[in-house]
Amino acid sequence: MRTAFLQGNEACAYGALAAGCRFFAGYPITPSTTIAETMARELPKVGGVFIQMEDEIASLAAVLGASVGGLKAMTATSGPGFSLMQEHIGYAVMAEIPCVIVDVQRLGPSTGQPTSPSQGDVMQARWGTHGDHPIIALSPTSVRECFDLTVTAFNLSEKYRTPVILLMDAVVGHMREKVILPAPEELEIIDRARPNVPPEWYFPYEETASDVPPMANFGDGFRYHITGLMHDRAGFPTQRLDEINAWLTRIFRKIDAHVDDIAITEAINVEHARTLVIAYGCTARAAKEAIYMCRRHRVGLLVLKTLWPFPKDQVLLAAHEAQRVVVPEMNMGQIALEVERLVGRSKVRRVRRADGEMITPQEIRAAIEYKE
Amino acid sequence: MATQRQLIYDYLRHKKKFPNIWCAGCGIGIVMGAIIRAVDELGYDKNQVAMISGIGCSGRMPVYLDFYTMHTTHGRALSFATGLKLARPELKIIVVMGDGDALAIGGNHFIHTARRNIDLTAIVINNATYGMTGGQYSPTTPQHMLATTAPYGNIEQDFPICELAQVCGAAFVARSTVYHVEELQGYIEQGLEKKGFALIEAVSYCHTTYGRLNRLGSAVDMMRALKENSVTRQTAEKLPPEELQGKIVRGIFVDREVPEYTQLYQKIIERAQSGGKA
Repeated sequence: MRTAFLQGNEACAYGALAAGCRFFAGYPITPSTTIAETMARELPKVGGVFIQMEDEIASLAAVLGASVGGLKAMTATSGPGFSLMQEHIGYAVMAEIPCVIVDVQRLGPSTGQPTSPSQGDVMQARWGTHGDHPIIALSPTSVRECFDLTVTAFNLSEKYRTPVILLMDAVVGHMREKVILPAPEELEIIDRARPNVPPEWYFPYEETASDVPPMANFGDGFRYHITGLMHDRAGFPTQRLDEINAWLTRIFRKIDAHVDDIAITEAINVEHARTLVIAYGCTARAAKEAIYMCRRHRVGLLVLKTLWPFPKDQVLLAAHEAQRVVVPEMNMGQIALEVERLVGRSKVRRVRRADGEMITPQEIRAAIEYKE
Repeated sequence: MATQRQLIYDYLRHKKKFPNIWCAGCGIGIVMGAIIRAVDELGYDKNQVAMISGIGCSGRMPVYLDFYTMHTTHGRALSFATGLKLARPELKIIVVMGDGDALAIGGNHFIHTARRNIDLTAIVINNATYGMTGGQYSPTTPQHMLATTAPYGNIEQDFPICELAQVCGAAFVARSTVYHVEELQGYIEQGLEKKGFALIEAVSYCHTTYGRLNRLGSAVDMMRALKENSVTRQTAEKLPPEELQGKIVRGIFVDREVPEYTQLYQKIIERAQSGGKA
């Protein structure tokens, strides 16, 4: 246990180190740069490697190369860089390479407003790379959560052999808070499963009971093939429909069948709530204040820490008595689409803001108390 | 020198179904053979060798070879290799790319990887076209030549690969052709032994698309042209510039000692762990 006064970005970097991250490749971009700066300073102290690449495409490529070599690896960026990384997010999904991608969201599209926060990349995190695929994305609301969810992001990526996206925003990334960080022995750290068969029996993409095949490091005697092409269980390219279908259903199943394990939410006063607020990231902080302002009106709050896969059971449970569901977010309505799909459009009131300013508790309160 | 049969048994994957994907007469298989013989000649353990490729005809090479192999994305093979090398500095990493792969979409990664002088052996198989997509002009297509996307002739200047690697800071730079296969193998061996970024340009051809469009004849004709149109560096130095026009100059262009990236980073680790003091 250690008390510190940290920025969200720094807490994210310390979380990564605590999770066992030993490789970082990145490219400078506001408002994520302090993550790279912290890693450049701290990684060599623990024998890890930091490299500043020529762009974000190369950054994620290097991260994937290092992960295949056996290191837990991460990159951090913001919207424009996140767009460039989409190609290799798809490669990581296809080749099932664990990695963590931090996107400290800023106002977009394009260069937008580099120093202003946003939550505009929620759908890009879900669907940004081409082709149909599952994805995991988490979103912290505080400095301490930047630390905790970075650890969780590494754990999930190692457990499910998948890229995990940490959707921070310029508010939680740049904000400083007093935090009490857990001691290393208090953390649960998950490492990818390694093969326990001789190399000649090893199939890197074999069907297993957990749907997550063990992963061998390059350099450890398991000479196998990795490709972005559709592949068979040995990793060799295939055009056989049965093999393509088996692969595709497995990579969806390995996430969809474990939503209970992946979906993290925080419920406040949701039992018998007549009005439910669903919020995430920095907006959840304003939402907390708003429900205390309206505490006489049976208002509950569900904070989503996991955005993808969407925590639909938790949302349905929290919303089942609610007449109104308020979804504040710093975009024109992205998570609101998922909520509307689950609880019905007529119940949902969106609180939207995409001008780089935080949504205030008063704006959320107005939506809670709005008379039809 | 092991027999061909022994090399096939030792280095080609038994589980992978052949024949390979390349057109009959293609030069890529010759480069693959040169790589196998180079690795065998140097006596490397297969558990110590990784091969990384990008996208295109050359991108399909790793799947056949019994190393740690990775077929990555278009143009980014060097960036994947950089990450792997930093994670596993003990590995010998061969990066195989085509000309479009390495110099168009991957041009930025190419110059920066050379500039870092990280210990990788990069082989660019230069056939002056995009073969897999059917014969579009590439950064190394000579001016005035035809391509499916240059039906009136290519107006762009071509990239001199070796000169580019040289000015970017590579430790070893050499060029040969798929006709001069023993010379090519020798350069690959020297590149693999070099501590630093080694770039070997293997000039090849594509008779299926580029050759057909430009009426350059069969694979045999194009192979003969490599023999007749190429000169060694020593000969080239004696020739007047007008006679050098259109000639392929073979030889070693750079062989120098430059501090290598993973070794420099190891010093960073030592410095950080001793409290920031040198």
